[in-house]
Amino acid sequence: MGKITLEKVQKKFGDVEVIPPLDLTINDGEFVVFVGPSGCGKSTLLRLIAGLEDVSGGQIRIDGEDATGMPPAKRGLAMVFQSYALYPHMSVRKNIAFPMRMAGLSEAEQKKRIDAAAHALNLTDYLDRKPGQLSGGQRQRVAIGRAIVREPSAFLFDEPLSNLDAALRVNMRLEISELHQTLKTTMVYVTHDQVEAMTMADKIVVLRAGHIEQVGSPLDLYRHPDNRFVAGFIGSPKMNFIEGPRAHAEQAHALGIRPEHIDLSQTPVQGAIEGRVGVSEHLGSDTFAHVHSEEVGQINVRVAGDIDVHAGDTVWLSPQPQNLHRFDEAGLALR
Amino acid sequence: MATKHSRAAARLMISPAVLLLLGWMIVPLAMTLYFSFLRYNLLMPGMEEWTGFLNYQYFLTDPAFIASLINTLLLVGGVLIITIIGGILLALLLDQPFFGQGIVRILVIAPFFVMPTVSALVWKNMFLNPVNGLFAHVAHFFGLPAYDFLAQAPLASIIGIVAWQWLPFATLILLTALQSLDQEQLEAAEMDGASPVSRFFHIMLPHLARAITVVVLIQTIFLLSIFAEILVTTNGGPGVASTNLTYLIYVQSLLQFDVGGGSAGGVVAIILANIVAIFLMRMIGKNLEA
Ligand SMILES: Nc1ncnc2c1ncn2[C@@H]1O[C@H](COP(=O)(O)OP(=O)(O)OP(=O)(O)O)[C@@H](O)[C@H]1O
Ligand SMILES: [Mg+2]
Repeated sequence: MGKITLEKVQKKFGDVEVIPPLDLTINDGEFVVFVGPSGCGKSTLLRLIAGLEDVSGGQIRIDGEDATGMPPAKRGLAMVFQSYALYPHMSVRKNIAFPMRMAGLSEAEQKKRIDAAAHALNLTDYLDRKPGQLSGGQRQRVAIGRAIVREPSAFLFDEPLSNLDAALRVNMRLEISELHQTLKTTMVYVTHDQVEAMTMADKIVVLRAGHIEQVGSPLDLYRHPDNRFVAGFIGSPKMNFIEGPRAHAEQAHALGIRPEHIDLSQTPVQGAIEGRVGVSEHLGSDTFAHVHSEEVGQINVRVAGDIDVHAGDTVWLSPQPQNLHRFDEAGLALR
Repeated sequence: MATKHSRAAARLMISPAVLLLLGWMIVPLAMTLYFSFLRYNLLMPGMEEWTGFLNYQYFLTDPAFIASLINTLLLVGGVLIITIIGGILLALLLDQPFFGQGIVRILVIAPFFVMPTVSALVWKNMFLNPVNGLFAHVAHFFGLPAYDFLAQAPLASIIGIVAWQWLPFATLILLTALQSLDQEQLEAAEMDGASPVSRFFHIMLPHLARAITVVVLIQTIFLLSIFAEILVTTNGGPGVASTNLTYLIYVQSLLQFDVGGGSAGGVVAIILANIVAIFLMRMIGKNLEA
């Protein structure tokens, strides 16, 4: 069981309100990702749930029970820190055993769980090493192992992959997703990387300055962003925004169109946006073209890799009408 | 310094410094050794003659020697225990955020800047004195008779004075070590269900091990040769109750004018210091490895 409910949870540091009162429900077994730009309060929110920070107002419930004033250890949550926070003077085995030792589990039970975790995380060969003798990815796995053996009702991850290189990050992302599928335990995961959010989450919580901008499944946020912030934050490359007469023609203040929803033509098309290709990035499978147009400014387009576009080419862009997003002056989506 | 070549170059580069230091050390050591085999009394200049191990025999069989040896070890051990435990407690306290933290930290460091003679005199006359001392006044206030610290418990009083001087040093080193502890480790331990006490013993204390080792080694070097505090407070007495090895050597060579016997004592002190050093390195030296 691991249902976490936040009711009007608020956090102030002195006079600064970092998190205005906020409601959120995290269901049992869900993989929830908090995303948002740096400094928006993701870590603070996670630490409030963990109990490492006291709330300034509101209530936190875990499985229906009021956990607001509970010390961290009593909440039954396990946390994986960005810096891994392994205990440097203990071997991997002792690190993983530490929470069980603190809980007073029997030696036999400890050994059983350590072996199971080490096996699941490919750590069996490293059990007697110190954390200083491990690579970044292995340290990460030890930190996860230390969290698993407690059999918590939910895992909390604070940007666990940000210290890893790109290839390893993709690997670990998969491993964590697989872990979630086998354990089926609630996971709350903080990241500022929207790719991690899109690939791992059951539910994404987009935060800005402590506010929840939108909550929904990855595809929900991708297809139906509630506002310009979410529209711009989710999806890579970013959504293009078009203001001016073209938007007014659609009864909107601004139009949003994703780079992958624009048809590019190298011959004139009726009603299309004419522009000149600035930079084109060829990734092989896809090509990203950055197009400058007189009419609406810079537009990014994603086209299939076999289409030849080069810097200086004149192109005609037609946004796919069914994929247009319309926003009003306040930036809210019009539906 | 990974390669064979760079290691050889490194040895070559540091050899002048090593040779200079070696000479610096060897000359006085050789002279002490030489004097320790002479019958050399300042009252009879020009009468020096070779006596073999006689000086050693006299020094080592002197009943004051065993007493001073025990006093030396008690002094070093007592001060170490007080400063390490007190230093850890003070460091834990000073690491907490509180009002006036900066000033309190400076106050705590202050005793270290007071010269040993001065601090010993201040303690002797203003605190421990059975007539005018602060402690005597406190005792009178509670209707108790004054306690003559330096006469009744001379060694313990000196341990107290020296510990007071060295506490700031230990506190300072341990405080910086404590501040370098990754907060996330403590938070992780908290999440793992460790109580404040187990957090201290399982996370903080192992982290402090290296700093404690440094404090023990440095303090031992200085504490083995405590002298000024004894000279200005008890003069080693009553009897030899507060005489340590250093003070005994001083008595031998400068009060009894027996340079030969004093030198023999000096050589014994060097050997003792090395035994202590080997013992310490065996015990806690591994903490210094990376
Ligand atoms: N102990 C503190 N005292 C005062 N302000 C704080 C404290 N901790 C965090 N803040 C402020 O709260 C805000 C949110 O911080 P938080 O660490 O939650 O951001 P974040 O979303 O995790 O950012 P990042 O992606 O960079 O980790 C920031 O503006 C930060 O300056
Ligand atoms: Mg953060």
